[in-house]
Amino acid sequence: MKSPFWRRFTRNKGAVAGMAVLLLVVVVALLGPWIATNDPWGMVQQPFLHPWTEPGFALGTDTLGRDILSGMIYGARISLLIGAVSTVVALLIGITLGAIAGYFGGLVDSALMRFTEIFQAVPSFALAIVLVAIFQPSVGSIVTAIAIVSWPPVARLVRSEFLTLRQRDFVQAALLAGQSTPRIILTQILPNAMSPIIVMASLMVATAILLESSLSFLGLGDPNQMSWGYMVGSARTVLRQAWWMALFPGLAIVLTVLALNLVGEGLSDGLNTRLDGRTK
Amino acid sequence: MSVNSTQPVLAIVDLSISLPAGADRARAVERASLSVRPGQTLCVVGESGSGKSMIANAVMGLLPRPHVAPVNGQILFEGTDLLTLTEAQMRELRGRRIGMVFQEPMTALNPVMRIGEQIGEVFDAHVNVPAAEKRRRILAALADVGLPEPELLIDSYPFRLSGGQRQRVMIACALVLEPVLLICDEPTTALDVTTQAQILRLIRELQQRRGTAVLFITHDFGVVSEIADHVVVMQTGQVVEAGPARHVLDAPQHPYTRKLIAAIPHGQAQRATPADETLRVLQVQDLCKTYRSGNGLFKRGRSTQAAKDISFELKRGETLGLVGESGSGKSSVGRCLVGLAPFDSGRILFKGRNLSQGAAFRKEAAGKIQMVFQDPYASLNPRHRVGAAIAGGPIAQGVGKAEAMARAVELLKLVGLGADAAERYPHEFSGGQRQRIAIARALAMQPELLVADEPVSALDVSVQAQVLALFAQVREQFQLAMVFITHDLRVAGQMCDHIAVMQRGELVEYGATQQVLRDPQHAYTRQLIAAVPRLTQPPQHDPTMAVA
Repeated sequence: MKSPFWRRFTRNKGAVAGMAVLLLVVVVALLGPWIATNDPWGMVQQPFLHPWTEPGFALGTDTLGRDILSGMIYGARISLLIGAVSTVVALLIGITLGAIAGYFGGLVDSALMRFTEIFQAVPSFALAIVLVAIFQPSVGSIVTAIAIVSWPPVARLVRSEFLTLRQRDFVQAALLAGQSTPRIILTQILPNAMSPIIVMASLMVATAILLESSLSFLGLGDPNQMSWGYMVGSARTVLRQAWWMALFPGLAIVLTVLALNLVGEGLSDGLNTRLDGRTK
Repeated sequence: MSVNSTQPVLAIVDLSISLPAGADRARAVERASLSVRPGQTLCVVGESGSGKSMIANAVMGLLPRPHVAPVNGQILFEGTDLLTLTEAQMRELRGRRIGMVFQEPMTALNPVMRIGEQIGEVFDAHVNVPAAEKRRRILAALADVGLPEPELLIDSYPFRLSGGQRQRVMIACALVLEPVLLICDEPTTALDVTTQAQILRLIRELQQRRGTAVLFITHDFGVVSEIADHVVVMQTGQVVEAGPARHVLDAPQHPYTRKLIAAIPHGQAQRATPADETLRVLQVQDLCKTYRSGNGLFKRGRSTQAAKDISFELKRGETLGLVGESGSGKSSVGRCLVGLAPFDSGRILFKGRNLSQGAAFRKEAAGKIQMVFQDPYASLNPRHRVGAAIAGGPIAQGVGKAEAMARAVELLKLVGLGADAAERYPHEFSGGQRQRIAIARALAMQPELLVADEPVSALDVSVQAQVLALFAQVREQFQLAMVFITHDLRVAGQMCDHIAVMQRGELVEYGATQQVLRDPQHAYTRQLIAAVPRLTQPPQHDPTMAVA
């Protein structure tokens, strides 16, 4: 595939690097159970084992003698899962509300936007903590909480795109041809609004991973799932004696989020047709 | 004006300008030569993509280097080759010795700077004058370009000015340091026809008074005949014809020049009015439409009356031309007619049936009223294949998918595009081709009334002629009633059986085309007709015309 999109994307070197890191994380997450040598919760070695001292425990063990490398592999699964699913849910809510508000305008628009502002007025992390605390920490409740705090920007973006696209002549022509409202929204306007939505989605995955890590760090993660945030959180008390316990999962978070941001930037270059020809 | 003995102010010799790899041709301009003498106007004429603006930008050093750069030749300005100058030396010349006026007056002025400050910047860049002296000279410059009340204007912001007034400010800006060369890049293309006439006259006057040399870029031969002493015709980067203006206009040598001149709408009706058609497709009675804006919780909105008691009717196969300047309300009437905008009062009867408002209007019309839009680049969905775009309407009305697609292919052939066009995306087509696709899309609904809103004003003149011919052809073939909205009286005269002239939302004149054009009753119609650029003898100064 050597499409113009791909050409513009690959011109951004950072995006290519980010894509490589992201692919690595995805592969690790998919093959997790086959790569990991130990159960992430199992106490398999002596505690406080330094990295690179014992074969089979490349990144050492934590305060209870659990394998850090295995924990990170399983953590990749949960981070990506929560990042992806909560983004999809947030997009569904945001696009639906934004499209309706932007397309119909007027009172509908005002009502929906005031509703959106209620969510924007509350600090998102505080709201997420409250939601998870109410519903008991589990993968489902964390996904719900993250989705609920992250849809308002999507709704805002989609609404503004729809407001301008709705005035375009091709939409007017479709109206004259008697096409139904859902059809116009889904086939005429939405495809033209996809580029900024895709870019925003890639950044939302990154934010969601950060949110999940923060929740786990505070002990509000799913107690049955090993996650990066939980590992950093539990290593916090022994940070000065055992730097590796917090460093490696922390690095994983930083790299994954950075990779997603770089990919998002590359996507926005790739989807921006006006950039074509700037550097041939 | 026999100043052939003097040295040319600007002489371009064998200039070639390269384009980046992957463009539609290797050179934007290929070995072009021309010269401008003091006190004379040289018009560079050509269609879009002919490289005419590239020449202007090359003279000003505004080419987007390094991808587009001069590769050959010289640009001699008073004997110095501009291509060899450094950026600092160029900056010294720009504004002081060479002035430039751009096409789009609405965006050429900085919206957050007062008019006086913007003109003042030219002084600040080049000469050191005391503030009082500067203000005096700016006021003089504003008065010079015919702007009313310079004392007030100098401290106002650009949004207070109309397009024509802004273009006057731009000209004042370009001429304030009395440059020897003025470059005008399509300065009147974005303006109304009456404003255009005034701006052209202004440029002419200033030039004669000061002896400035003018390099004038345009695509409109009407404008050429009004203003040019010499003409250079360009086609795909090459100069195909050059010579004195009257000579080129009256006896064009090159086939391309002849084609361009022949393509100018001549304003003569091409056919007899259809015989005794009785079926009234459209009747409009006392249509009123008011826009209200800025209605907030704590303030009263502003209202603009876009249509006031508009009445006309249209029989099958007839065409009505709705003519007026921008802001006259002609487009608003068009949008009411197709049901895209609600109207306040009055009635619109389609084949004798009264149509209600909004979505119900479109349902009752059942797609039999269609519209062709002005901008062919915005009217097609960039994500839909052309075939699907045309077939979409009939499918929405319940026609089978295969049948609709077959019909789409048929229509594409009818409008002069191949059947393979159906599988391609809009961005692969030129402006004229897109407008053909838009016409095919409208025809797919088998309409009885077609509203065309400035369908050719975004197109080059030769393409414009082809699209007009296509409109005439489909009108005969489908017995369409058409409402043709345009600002160009020449186009209206050529296409329409009746003409309705609108001014500030009111219908000031309505009648048969020949009658309106030959014997206009209303003063505004007369003014519009007088302002149309003509190929024949330039009209003399008309003192009745007010300043824009």
